[in-house]
Amino acid sequence: MIDLQDVSKTFTLHNQGSAVIEVLTGVTLSVAPGECVALTGASGAGKSTLMRMIYGNYRAQAGVINVGGVDLVQAEPRDVIRIRRDVLGYVSQFLRVVPRVPTIDVVAEPLRAVGVAQDAAQARARELLSRLNIPERLWSLSPTTFSGGEQQRVNIARGFAHAYPAMLLDEPTASLDAANREVVLSLIEEAKARGAAIVGIFHDEAARARVCDREIDVSRFSPACAA
Amino acid sequence: MTDQAYNFAYLDEQTKRMIRHAILKGLAIPGYQVPFASREMPMPYGWGTGGVQVSAAVLTPDDRFKVIDQGADDTTNAVSIRSFFERTAGVATTTATAEATVIQTRHRIPEVPLSEGQILVYQVPIPEPLRFLEPRESETRKMHSLEEYGLMHVKLYEDISRHGHIATSYAYPVKVEGRYVMDPSPIPKFDNPKLGDCAAIQLFGAGREQRIYALPPYSKVVSLDFEDHPFEASKADHPCGLCGSVDSYLDEVITDDAGGRMFVCSDTDYCETRQAQGHRGKDAA
Amino acid sequence: MTPLLSVQGVTKRYGAHIGCADVSFDLYPGEVMGIVGESGSGKSTLLNCLAGHLAPDAGRVIFDTRADGPRDTVTMSEPERRMLGRTDWAFVHQHARDGLRMGVSAGGNVGERLMAVGDRHYGNIRDKAIDWLERVEIAPGRIDDRPTTFSGGMQQRLQIARNLVTGPRLVFMDEPTGGLDVSVQARLLDLLRGLVRDMGLSAIIVTHDLAVVRLLADRLMVMKSGHVVEAGLTDQVLDDPQHAYTQLLVSSVLQV
Repeated sequence: MIDLQDVSKTFTLHNQGSAVIEVLTGVTLSVAPGECVALTGASGAGKSTLMRMIYGNYRAQAGVINVGGVDLVQAEPRDVIRIRRDVLGYVSQFLRVVPRVPTIDVVAEPLRAVGVAQDAAQARARELLSRLNIPERLWSLSPTTFSGGEQQRVNIARGFAHAYPAMLLDEPTASLDAANREVVLSLIEEAKARGAAIVGIFHDEAARARVCDREIDVSRFSPACAA
Repeated sequence: MTDQAYNFAYLDEQTKRMIRHAILKGLAIPGYQVPFASREMPMPYGWGTGGVQVSAAVLTPDDRFKVIDQGADDTTNAVSIRSFFERTAGVATTTATAEATVIQTRHRIPEVPLSEGQILVYQVPIPEPLRFLEPRESETRKMHSLEEYGLMHVKLYEDISRHGHIATSYAYPVKVEGRYVMDPSPIPKFDNPKLGDCAAIQLFGAGREQRIYALPPYSKVVSLDFEDHPFEASKADHPCGLCGSVDSYLDEVITDDAGGRMFVCSDTDYCETRQAQGHRGKDAA
Repeated sequence: MTPLLSVQGVTKRYGAHIGCADVSFDLYPGEVMGIVGESGSGKSTLLNCLAGHLAPDAGRVIFDTRADGPRDTVTMSEPERRMLGRTDWAFVHQHARDGLRMGVSAGGNVGERLMAVGDRHYGNIRDKAIDWLERVEIAPGRIDDRPTTFSGGMQQRLQIARNLVTGPRLVFMDEPTGGLDVSVQARLLDLLRGLVRDMGLSAIIVTHDLAVVRLLADRLMVMKSGHVVEAGLTDQVLDDPQHAYTQLLVSSVLQV
């Protein structure tokens, strides 16, 4: 479902003496449906960079990033958008939304985007928001004013609204209390059970042990760490 | 008695030729505003300089000339234009609509249907029907050329939204031969139906704005409207106080300072003719 | 799939000065593209060339018309181009007063495009105007008020209603949130996003506000001195800019 072949990434900082920073080189990995793979490695090893590359957010200098049959390195923007809408979900650590949009609509939006009717999309959104213990009185408010933990849970609800065949999870359990952490882990298990291919970053070792089938140490692709 | 100091009908022959060109072009493209080199006339703008130039260009020594101002033959404006052509062209004049061959008018169409061979010359203050919504002349010309007339209905829409009905009661816009939208000059909308299928030639002259436009005989002229707010040719709902006419356009005349008033035909020739035939209204002496 | 708009080598010069040079891209149905760059970068010149307000010196602007399929709008006749301008295209100006008739009521402003394409039923026109005022969150009771009595944000929303009432397929926006308070901007962006999604609109948005394109645009083109220096997926261009100028542009934004 997610296949990377010999992917490399460098940043060229044109406005800082054209410094070239090699971040990743020769990344090759493959994630099958129903499998969850954890990216590990020290801070700065390139875990988040790799996640962002798989999402098409960072551009790869070389290699192939195949998600759902499309090479995101070569794809036209509209193909990347289509893959993100239909195939590839991403739960980032930060919620970025249009101000003023009610939480319920923020969560339902990925479903609306794939053509689910308003009622059905909102029903699914309500279900996820209650599971993640977001009080119902907040649903009609914009999440921009919520606490950090609440925003993260809204973000998770949004990420799991549509049953993506492939998912990227960036620290999904960070700063959650035990009850909500449990909800998120069961959401991940449910996604795996329905066949989602998942790549995640988990600093929470117990969580990693519970949901991940294997680990990939990103530092072995990092020229800086190898040196 | 022609004043020999002037060329026939005041204007020199080259100028009349230029104006006739514009008139012919206007007749060939009904409703289209033809620019012309308007001359200074011995009267102020707003007193019918456009109409006078058109009349001067079409008058021949055999013509019989009539001038009406808001229907009346005896107002200052009508009297002075009539005497202007009596003096400069020596043409015969009349107040009888049926006897006139050229009728210059300000703000009315005579009640009696016109006939073939007659020419009705309108004095026009502002020839551009789109002017009040689109002040740029370059843009209005383009709108005419591309037949973009949505804006004209915006004006009528605004009328209905503000008054509940189309309150435009004069200078009511018309579409000519399915093509050009035209300002019929500030005639009451009561007169609009007479514009179409008219046996006479109708010429419109705007002196200050330097435009001439025309309706050849029997042109198709449609007043703009909405399906659910159709055009209505309205008038005061009274009979004429002098001749009793119920189908002519009426002026309201205040007769004293105690609220007394009467309604009388605005077309003085029509009213007098009827009175001569023995018709009497309730206020007739 | 046929692009809704295919721009090929569009160039506009002002004498020796370059307005925009050799710009090419395809825009597909439902796509929203942002064009960013500083003042004088040529983004507004480009937008005006695409919308038929300026004649480019070279290049083709091929629009997939409903009736005849792809047509070059640069070479089509002016009446055809103006017809597109009031049916399939919409143009939202930065200053509402450039896009509204300030002497005409809100309802008349919204109704004008309907009347321009031949709607002659007052009741229908008014119903549609009320519907659109509600969609852009203007109280229907304001329908007979002139835009001069509206706030800046309301004027901008009225301009959007006036443009979208005939169901266009392509909307050109020139700094649509420029000059508005931040809170008003947010409301407008939310509204635009909803309309773009619900109506399946394609849009080209010129702005110098990177936050606006991040929220509204799928794709981004970065212009400098009349040239496109970088183009791609919006978040990719903003988060991983490749060109020196884009890096400078992105790093110059104040973080809130």
